[in-house]
Amino acid sequence: MTTMGKVVAAYGNMVTVQFDKEVRQNEVAFIQPADGGSLKSEVIRVNGDQCNVQVFEDTVGVRVGDQVTFTGNLLSVELGPGLLQQIYDGLQNPLPELSKQVGLFLKRGVYANSLDRRVDWEFTPIAKPGQVVKAGNVLGAVPEGKFAHKIFVPFNFVGAATIKTMASKGKFKVDQVVCEAEDERGQAVNFTLMQVWPIKVALKAYKERLLPTEPLVTGARIVDSFFPVAKGGTACIPGPFGSGKTVLQQLISRYADADIIIVAACGERAGEVVETLREFPHLEDPYTGRTLMERTVIICNTSSMPVAAREASIYTAVTIGEYYRQMGLDILILADSTSRWAQALREMSGRLEEIPGEEAFPAYLQSRIAEFYERAGAVRLFDGNQGALSIIGTVSPAGGNFEEPVTQGTLAVVGSFLGLTWARSNARRFPAIDPLISWSKYLDQMKVKLNQTDPEWTNKIKKAQRLLYEGNEIKKRMDVVGEEGVSIPDFSLFLKAEFLDAVYLQQNAFDAVDAANTIERQFDTFGLVGEVLAKEFTFESKDQARESFMKLQSLFRNMNSSPFQGEAHVRFKDEIRRALEV
Amino acid sequence: MRRIISKIDEITGNIITLKADGVGLGELAAVESHGRSTLGQVIRTKNDNVTLQVFGGTKGISTDDRVRFLGRPMQVKYGPSMLGRIFNGAGVPIDDGPEPVEESIAVGGPSFNPANRIIPTQMIRTNIPMIDVFNSLVVSQKLPIFSVPGEPYNQLLARVGMQAEADIIILGGMGLKFDDFIFFRRTFDESGVMNRVIMFIHLASDPVVECLLVPDMALAVAEQFAVAGKRVLVLLTDLTNFSDSLKEISISMEQIPSNRGYPGDLYSQLAARYEKAVDIEGLGSITILAVTTMPGDDVTHPVPDNTGYITEGQFYLRNGVIDPFGSLSRLKQNVVSKVTRKDHNDIMNTMIRLYSDCRQSRNKVAMGFKTSKWDETLLAYGNDFERELMDLNVNMPIETALDQCWTILARHFEPWQTGLKNDLTNQYWPKSGAAEGAA
Ligand SMILES: Nc1ncnc2c1ncn2[C@@H]1O[C@H](COP(=O)(O)OP(=O)(O)OP(=O)(O)O)[C@@H](O)[C@H]1O
Ligand SMILES: [Mg+2]
Repeated sequence: MTTMGKVVAAYGNMVTVQFDKEVRQNEVAFIQPADGGSLKSEVIRVNGDQCNVQVFEDTVGVRVGDQVTFTGNLLSVELGPGLLQQIYDGLQNPLPELSKQVGLFLKRGVYANSLDRRVDWEFTPIAKPGQVVKAGNVLGAVPEGKFAHKIFVPFNFVGAATIKTMASKGKFKVDQVVCEAEDERGQAVNFTLMQVWPIKVALKAYKERLLPTEPLVTGARIVDSFFPVAKGGTACIPGPFGSGKTVLQQLISRYADADIIIVAACGERAGEVVETLREFPHLEDPYTGRTLMERTVIICNTSSMPVAAREASIYTAVTIGEYYRQMGLDILILADSTSRWAQALREMSGRLEEIPGEEAFPAYLQSRIAEFYERAGAVRLFDGNQGALSIIGTVSPAGGNFEEPVTQGTLAVVGSFLGLTWARSNARRFPAIDPLISWSKYLDQMKVKLNQTDPEWTNKIKKAQRLLYEGNEIKKRMDVVGEEGVSIPDFSLFLKAEFLDAVYLQQNAFDAVDAANTIERQFDTFGLVGEVLAKEFTFESKDQARESFMKLQSLFRNMNSSPFQGEAHVRFKDEIRRALEV
Repeated sequence: MRRIISKIDEITGNIITLKADGVGLGELAAVESHGRSTLGQVIRTKNDNVTLQVFGGTKGISTDDRVRFLGRPMQVKYGPSMLGRIFNGAGVPIDDGPEPVEESIAVGGPSFNPANRIIPTQMIRTNIPMIDVFNSLVVSQKLPIFSVPGEPYNQLLARVGMQAEADIIILGGMGLKFDDFIFFRRTFDESGVMNRVIMFIHLASDPVVECLLVPDMALAVAEQFAVAGKRVLVLLTDLTNFSDSLKEISISMEQIPSNRGYPGDLYSQLAARYEKAVDIEGLGSITILAVTTMPGDDVTHPVPDNTGYITEGQFYLRNGVIDPFGSLSRLKQNVVSKVTRKDHNDIMNTMIRLYSDCRQSRNKVAMGFKTSKWDETLLAYGNDFERELMDLNVNMPIETALDQCWTILARHFEPWQTGLKNDLTNQYWPKSGAAEGAA
């Protein structure tokens, strides 16, 4: 018998329910307000015969006495072929489908199947009758775009099952049975192309976690060369409003060399998702030549959509990511912005009257952030293949001050910190990642791999970083004593740092060529930059020094916007070499 | 269910608590006190205890006042007869006109489905060069004016309203000074746009929290008109007052504030309003221009800070002008040199870069450093730029403003000094410019 209950209190999107039998923490319940509809909710605290639920919908009209039905199921997502190219809300409702059903605006209490039940998938069996299978074993595969989408025994299946019949090759819909089996107690069990998994539980069906040592190329020079991210690693992008977090993530979503990209627009502007949504179906994936949309899933729970569903949205994203990782793929999750998720936690915690921590965030904020980023990772699967799930999340600190709890909580757990500042974005030095405060522990961790092409690579990068610090020291001095207060050699050191910044760290997002660099191109360009940095210039005057670097800068910028190894590129390289010889 | 309760158990701040059942969250009630009636809204229920926020404030409310539940959430009238009309913060006409007869619609409705959004590509002309040329306003944009109190932000808002290409203008005033209200009304009357204007006015002298309803009413009406195919411009002033009212309520509710007394959901509250801005494919649109006064010129204050995280850029109003530094229209990329003239993008960047150089030269002067001939050129350029383009009294179409940019450049510079590409200078550099510059 299902557990039933009645609303006894309501405040914002937090409702208190008195229930009759048993409830599970994090199970889904539906509230039935008198004026119709059914509001999805999640149990978040249980106390005696009452529990608190967070409602994933507007709660206007909810009354004391309204009926509540408990489902017994944890908040889950559907996993199976057809996830790619989808645009979901935070609870995995397909937004285009909702639009078909209810029109221009969303409607409270309207839900749709996450996986389309009408699509036929070409199933090829792999497992054989008589075989004994366990959770996560492969039953077969269906092609989904360029991937062979593996069909698994559901990850929540307990024990072993013996396959009785296996469907032969043919077309199946996601909810059709492809395998009949018998479990350890002799009960019949059926497996289909789809399964469900609770979003707040990490999917860990792998043999072991591996230390991430493989670079994830994003196309942004300052990231890949100076503050790299690993496949299976984590990074955060904190920055004040307007500093370029979203633009950077959008660039990465286009150019990163991951198999699948999951864009989680969490509590940000709806308008920003539109570009992805409207353009990706027409843009080419730089690695495969197919459309970008074919490798993309969009989870879109924007700022005016219900707050509790926003909290769920990043878990929905990471669960879908973990599922594809089980197929041995490289997944990248781009979450913008994790602060909005943290704020959703804060709103709920306030309504629960929990003892608040700093800036009214709940005391468990730090552990929730850690739990989330810990779901990233490079893993060796049971079949010996490797998969990786990387997470890059933005943080929106109040007042742009990184000393706040979400930024600090995130910095404590991620492997790379890409800090954006107004100082750089106002000076239009994009991407506005401040090289003086950012860091990545992957530079050392991936050393072997990074130094494969050039054994001195990481050393050169570190040397360049030191130059940036030195240049900045000289700049600070000049701010006080003026240009005339520093020597010509110091001044040219300062100019070298500025030059490195201008031609390598900065990158023009709106230039079709410069917007993203392959790693080969980064090696190539940095090699040439290195020649400039290494050269001992002897200048007569500061004006002459400035002019020389201005000229070099202009040549490098032209080179940067010329297609790699094309005629113009070669020509500008030659010109740079000649300029360096004099 | 309509029930009348005549016992109030608790009165704190703008909150009252009483016993009633069958009452839904968000439901409205009329609180009748000594011949005066004010609206309240249910914000919390617990068993048979019901907590209401009272929009008219609780001053003078007595424990035996009558509270009548209306059985519905907040609504507003919608229809063509609203045009030219003025309502107060509770949606009641204050222009001596009749109560509109049209249908009532709910306020604060659900979000526009993101999957139905399109990339906006239409510019809104305002004839203000600092907007049209340097930070173009785009249909469906949500943009705040960050302003120190005392700046002419309402004048700017009124001018945009008067001059912008929009079918309908909806003004939402929150904590509006009486003089400003009269100013808006007179401006709209005199410029002949009043028949396309709807005003929801909460005056500074009205009960403080009554302003909370203003944006929702304004935007609900705007949304209906947009769905009906109209291009709607919503002007909101001042959202800092709105946020302060939210703060009052949350403190009365004993919520733990997140930052300087403001509630933790300030971001979501503001976003719920701003995100109503939309361009509906094949139908109308909502563009939102709002005022956010910055206490102490501090952009890290929670209200401008949260706003900046929500909106698509901002205009900084400083010393009576739109400051080109810090001001940003994030949607201008969609229109600059795409729907506007091809020189727009380059001239915009060049003018700003040179003006920024001029400010550095001014710093040199201020520090008493020696200035070069180049500095002098920049200083003269900067003065002309401010007088002929930045001044908010300048009023000209974008084409004239672009021409004016070229004229100013030619007066002070040689083409090569500007860094502009040759193909542009060949086409646009004024022929008489060299003569004027030499003079
Ligand atoms: N790489 C870039 N090149 C050029 N301009 C950029 C770049 N990055 C950002 N910008 C400019 O800055 C604006 C704001 O960038 P973006 O939307 O990414 O900021 P954000 O940090 O995500 O802000 P918010 O926190 O408010 O969402 C853009 O509209 C664009 O004008
Ligand atoms: Mg952003």
